[in-house]
This record gives sequence, structure tokens and C-alpha cells, in this order.
Amino acid sequence: MIPDLVANQIPELVPELGQLALTIALAFAICLSLIPLIGVHSPQQSSLKRLVGYAKPLTYGMFIFTGISLVILGYSFVIDDFSVKYIASHSNSHLPYYFKISAVWGGHEGSLLLWVFSLTAWTAAVAKFSNGIEEEFITRVLAVMGMIGVGFIAFTLLTSNPFERLWPNVPMEGRDLNPLLQDVGLIIHPPLLYLGYVGFAVAFAFAVAALMAGKMDAAWARWSRPWTVGAWMFLTLGIALGSWWAYYELGWGGWWFWDPVENASFMPWLIGTALIHSLAVTEKRGTFRNWTILLAIFAFGLSLLGTFLVRSGVITSVHSFAADPSRGIFILMLLAIAMGGALTLYAFRANTVASFSRFAFYSRETALLLCNVILVIATVTVLLGTLYPLLVDALGYGKISVGPPYFNAVFVPIMSILFIIMGIGPLIRWKKAKQGELRKQIFKPSVLSLAFGLLFPIVYGGEFNALVAMGMILASWVFLVVLREVVNQYKIQGKLTLSHLGMAVAHAGIAVTIVGVTVVSMYESETNIKMSVNDKVLVSGYDIEFKGIKNVEGPNYSAQQGQVNVYQDGEFITLLKPERRAYRVQTMGMTEAAIDPGLFRDVYVALGDPLPDGAWAIRVHYKPFVRWIWLGAIFMSIGGILSMLDKRYRRKKTSKAAENVVADSLTSSVAANNTKVTEA
Amino acid sequence: MGKLIRFLPLILVLALGVVLYRGLSLNPQDMPSALVGKTMPSFSLSTLNDGNKTVTEADLQGDIVLLNVWATWCPTCKYEHPYLVDIAKNPQVKLYGLNYKDERDAGQKWLQHYEDPYVFSIFDEAGTVGLDLGVYGAPETFVIDHHGIIRKRFAGAIDTRVWRREFEPLIAQLIAEKKQGK
Repeated sequence: MIPDLVANQIPELVPELGQLALTIALAFAICLSLIPLIGVHSPQQSSLKRLVGYAKPLTYGMFIFTGISLVILGYSFVIDDFSVKYIASHSNSHLPYYFKISAVWGGHEGSLLLWVFSLTAWTAAVAKFSNGIEEEFITRVLAVMGMIGVGFIAFTLLTSNPFERLWPNVPMEGRDLNPLLQDVGLIIHPPLLYLGYVGFAVAFAFAVAALMAGKMDAAWARWSRPWTVGAWMFLTLGIALGSWWAYYELGWGGWWFWDPVENASFMPWLIGTALIHSLAVTEKRGTFRNWTILLAIFAFGLSLLGTFLVRSGVITSVHSFAADPSRGIFILMLLAIAMGGALTLYAFRANTVASFSRFAFYSRETALLLCNVILVIATVTVLLGTLYPLLVDALGYGKISVGPPYFNAVFVPIMSILFIIMGIGPLIRWKKAKQGELRKQIFKPSVLSLAFGLLFPIVYGGEFNALVAMGMILASWVFLVVLREVVNQYKIQGKLTLSHLGMAVAHAGIAVTIVGVTVVSMYESETNIKMSVNDKVLVSGYDIEFKGIKNVEGPNYSAQQGQVNVYQDGEFITLLKPERRAYRVQTMGMTEAAIDPGLFRDVYVALGDPLPDGAWAIRVHYKPFVRWIWLGAIFMSIGGILSMLDKRYRRKKTSKAAENVVADSLTSSVAANNTKVTEA
Repeated sequence: MGKLIRFLPLILVLALGVVLYRGLSLNPQDMPSALVGKTMPSFSLSTLNDGNKTVTEADLQGDIVLLNVWATWCPTCKYEHPYLVDIAKNPQVKLYGLNYKDERDAGQKWLQHYEDPYVFSIFDEAGTVGLDLGVYGAPETFVIDHHGIIRKRFAGAIDTRVWRREFEPLIAQLIAEKKQGK
């Protein structure tokens, strides 16, 4: 019987291997944050200088061992090892295998491991794709990433170990994954969001490395740009996916709730948006240096704050993870060390020399600065709305709550101003615009967007509506101006750089999202009807016919499935099957809405409660243009990818001399066109 | 001066850190209201569905009562709603709503759309009852016994697990107390 015993013992050791791998990763991270820096600070002739070369191998070590640990956790989920506490509380043997894998990040411990893995993946990517960057500088960047790694791997191991066992009382069966999370959207939403959050750690590390080196020049901005845009792109997709998931999975038909956790991801996005624009100015014009550094520090700071709010339980929310004050204190300490350290460094090392190039009031610099300031104000209003209840409580003034009325009242006007200036930005010249030129440029787009915006509500909705008109004016303004700018550039230069095209696509994406938000907010309708079998009701131009209920068995739930035919003008469009599910293990009910999607409208049907005499309550939403909200986000991400692919970020190591020419031309207030020549 | 201003971001962040640290010791899920063990504060307000009908604290007395604070602007209330519908089917408790800082129209529409689980909802537009109860936000649920004494306050959404863990034992105890005629 001995071989049997051995066979039974082997899988039982696997989780410990995962924990061991993570511990090894921690050792790599500690070495990474110390050893290469010794090399950087050693004198040129010293033999210690060689330590600089250790940065990359240590980075890869940290990445590989964190990866092993994540894979092992995934493996333990797939083989249903319920002796692991985390798996026993977040999985079940009847769960389909793809949800078992996504359950790895279905709770606090595992999603933290995923967070750490994203961090090490970014670090490894920086090490791999940094050929054009000075070795000492990149060494500092990697060391800073290593320090963040130390903090978060230690956090995982000490307070939230996903490999903790349930000896000796191993449960036979797991408690199953929260049914809300058993969804395809949730398989990819957290990884994308984390790649975005954590990606700002790269921007942060570049900023801190620049402060350490006292080297906050245009070269630094150029190195940091593609990484920042990458992080921003992932965050955009992550937020959009979260919104889409909430829309179809929660069954309420809403797409944004100003929930604290949503705000936690939206704040770094707003600051990140400001950061990528500020970086562009620093790279092209050599100005805004301190401002850019601060934005980079705060973008990551807000990512950490988001993590804190979600993990510590200081704020109640639909998706808060299990609250545990000791975890909260740990993250708060990490936040304090990261922010405190970086800002102290900033206070002492920030540029003392005023920026070289001056700019007039009518210039692209001013437009971008205004946009940046507005984005920061928007972030602060969201931050206040999120933290105000907590603040009032902490100061002992009682307890209050802030809901969407506050956010909508404050946020919409701020963003409207932003969109107006955002339109001017791409058309106005750097440094100083010529008299009258701007007026000539914006004449046509403003007339066209006014006409379109004012007509749209009359044509589409049948009567004038000021809010719709405003939204459509802003959307067409943003779009037409960027179109005009692209056409101008193409006429002058005969070609477009990828980063330029990326900017245009991303701005067009904003316009698309504005259209979606405006139309769906003003023209959506929601109807609740009591329907008996074969009843037919007309809702927003669609005939809804109820054909009865079927009982359906899923892998870990049973459901009552409504059969609802949808007709338009007597013509059959689709059969919708909204469900009410009862999950067996979690004994939790779920409504699963059925949607007929379309570019210009969604028909959204949710099954309500059974009523007496075999009738059912059925809720029908008509959601015009709702897809445009997420479509716009996809455009923004494509814009991000295009600009990352621009070949000037991928130049092989340039000679020192060429680097200096670029830097000089940037700082000596030569027109930006000169730099373009140098770069080409 | 120019140098000193560079410390401003650091100082702001440190101040925020202090607030967050204080926040950690205040768990919003577990705020034993100062009112636990006291009688329900008195009020006189209209019901949500009928602006002419006035209700007072006396209308809540006599049964084991759950008073659920809700609003249409509160997404968590939507999450909680199906469980409230279940709870309302339990004959041993009576579920009342406190429609908190809301608009009457919106509140009425909500109840029409999503099924009304409440015996009635108190329409607390200005949030005065909420203030007396020390309401932190929505949703919150208070348990009031048959003598009109507040026995528990729970902040956050109720679902099956929360109900079993937080409410069932207390409700059972209150039923027992009521039977013994205490």
C-alpha cells in the first residue's frame, strides 16, 4: 500500500510549493531593490559597478517565481484541492473548469496574487524592452519596481496567504464561487484592471528614478511615455469591461453607479489621462516637468488608494472584499511609504531651474495645461465624494452618505468644460498661435457641431431637448476638430505618425462615448409589465410576446427560463431567454437578463417574480446607443496601442551624441518641428 | 518660499493618510448605534405612496419590526431588494421601509417596477428620521422588538448569508421573548 500512500501525498504538497515559490520571489525582490542600487552609486572604477548588471536577471527571477506560484494556485483550483482554505471558500467541484481558473482571482487572496503577478510582469517587460534607455537609469527603475514588489509580496504572504491550509478538517466540498462572479466578463475584467492599476507603478518608478538621478528631461519623458500609455489603455479596457459586466449581469440595466469601487478605478484613470498628455508636453517642449512628475506619483498613489479602499473595508460597497483591518493597516503603510518617500524626494529634488521654453497664452501648452488642471479637479471631486462620508465620520461629525446626485451635479459641468478645451487643443499651435489663425480653423467645426447638436434631438427624439443638444454638440465638436487636425497634418506632411493617429482615434473614442452616455441617459425607457402566457405588449416600438417558462438545469444551478419573442413592425427579430437562477451551493438567487444587442439600441429583458395565475412580472428596457459607451472605450484603447507602436519609442540604442542633439533642441526653445526632423 | 511649496503635496498626502487611518478603526458594517436598547425616536411623516397619510413611531409598534433604510440612488439597495422580497414573506417579522433623502416620484416608481416588499415606506425626504437614527448611508436595517425598542442596527446589504449570520439568531430570540410575554 506504500505506493498508494505516496501517490496520495504528492498532490498535497503542491500548495506548499506555491508558497515556497512566492517566498523565493520575495527574496528576488529584496535583492532587486538593494543590490543594483549599490552598483549605481559606486564610483566608476569600483568593482562593485558590476552589480548594475544584476538588475535584469533578478527581475526575471522575481517574475518567473511569482508566475510559478500563480500557476500552482490555478492548478490546485482545477484539481479541487479543498484542503486549501481559499479554494474551499471560492470553488466547488461542480464549477466548470474555466470558472475554476477565474476563481483564482474571485476573492481577496488570489486577486492580490494576480496583482503581484501583474507587477512582476510589467517589471520583466520593462527589463526586456528597454534597449534604448541608459543602463543606470533603467537599473534605478527596476530597483524601484523591486521595492514595490517587496511590499506587495510581503503583504500577500503575511496577511493574505492564498495557500493557507485547513488542516485537519478538510472539507469534502467547496463553498462555491459567488454566482455574480461566474461570468465570462469576470474572467478578464480583473486581469485587465490590474494590468492598468499596476502599470502606473511603471510610470511611478520612472518618475522616482528620474528624481533619484536628478534627470527630469525630455529623454525621461520619452522613455516613460509608451509604458504609461500602455497602463492607461489596460485601465480603459478594464473599466469599460466592468461597466459592461454590471450592465448585463446585475440585471438593472445600469452601466455606472458611482460606487466607491468604481470610483477607485476611475480616479487613476483621470489622473493617468492627465499624465499621458503632460508627458507629451514634457517630451516635445521640455516644460511641465515638475507637474508631470507629480502626476506620475499620484496616478500610482490613487491606484494604491483604490486597492486600500477595496481591501480594508473602510467603505461598504457591492464589491468590497472581506474586510480585515490588519490588511488595511498594511496597505496604508505601503501607501504611506510609497507616497511619503516619493513626495519627500520630490520636495528635495524637483527641478529648481524654471522651464526653458516659454509659451504664450494662446498656445497648445496652455490648452493642455487647462485640460490637465480640469482633470485634476475632476479627480478631486470624485475623491471627495468617495471619501467625504469617511472624513466626516473620522472627524466625529456623525455619518452622512453621498450618492449619484452629487457626482452627476458636479462631474457633468466639469467634463463639459474639459471637452470644449479638448477640442481646441489639437488645433492650436505649440508655443504661440498666430492671430486669427485659430479662429479660422475652428469656425467650420463649431458651426457644424452646433447645427448637428441642435438638430439631433428634434430629428431623433421628436422634440428639442437642451441636455441632448449639449451632449451632441460636445461630441461632434470633439470629433470634427480632431478630424480637421488630422486632415491638416496629412496635407502638410503627406503622412501621419502612428502616435498622431493614435491621438486622433482616442479623441474620436471620447466623442463616441459622449454620444452613448447622452443618448442612453436621456432616451432610455424601462417598462414593468405583468404578462400571462401568449400576452403581447408594445414597448418602445417593439412587440414583446411572452411564451412561457422553461426549467433549465445548469452545471451548478437550476433556472426558470422565460421565453420571450421580440417583434418589430410585425416581423420576428429574436427569441430572448431571461433567467432566474438558483445556485445550489450558495443558495443564492440571480437574475440573468437577456439582451438583443444592436449598434443603435439594446432590447433588454429581465424576468421578475412569478405572479398569481401563472403570470410573470417582466421588465423590458429599451437602451438606445448604449453600446457606444463601450465602443468609445475600445477606440480609446486602439488609440493607445497605435501610439505605443510608434517607431520612435522602439529605436535601438542611439549614440550619446544623437541623444544630446535631441535633448538640446528640446530645451533650447527651437520649434518642435526641428525635433521631428532629428527623429526622422 | 518656492522651496517650501514643494512640500505641499507631501503634507496633503500625510493628512489624508491620518484620515484613512482613523477610518480603519471605524468599521461601517459594525456600528453599534448609540440607540441600541433605546426606543425608536419619534417622528411624524407621510408614507411614500400616499402624501396625505401620516405615520408615527406608534404605527411600527406591536410586532417584531425590520426597518430598512433605502433610496433609489443607492445601487446596493437594488442588490439587496430580492432578499427583502423574500424576507417580507416571513410572517413573523414586519418589514417597513425608510425612504431616505429621495424623491417621491422616483421612490414610487421603484416600488412599482421592482415589487414593494414593505408594509409601508416612511418618506424621509429631509433625512430627519435618518439623522435621529444615526444613519450612515443606505442600505441599513434596524431590528425593533415588539416593545418598540431598537435591538440591532446593520449597515450594508442583506443577502442570504448575512441574514443567516446576523439576523436569524436575533429574530429567533425575539420571537421566544414575545411568546414568553416578556
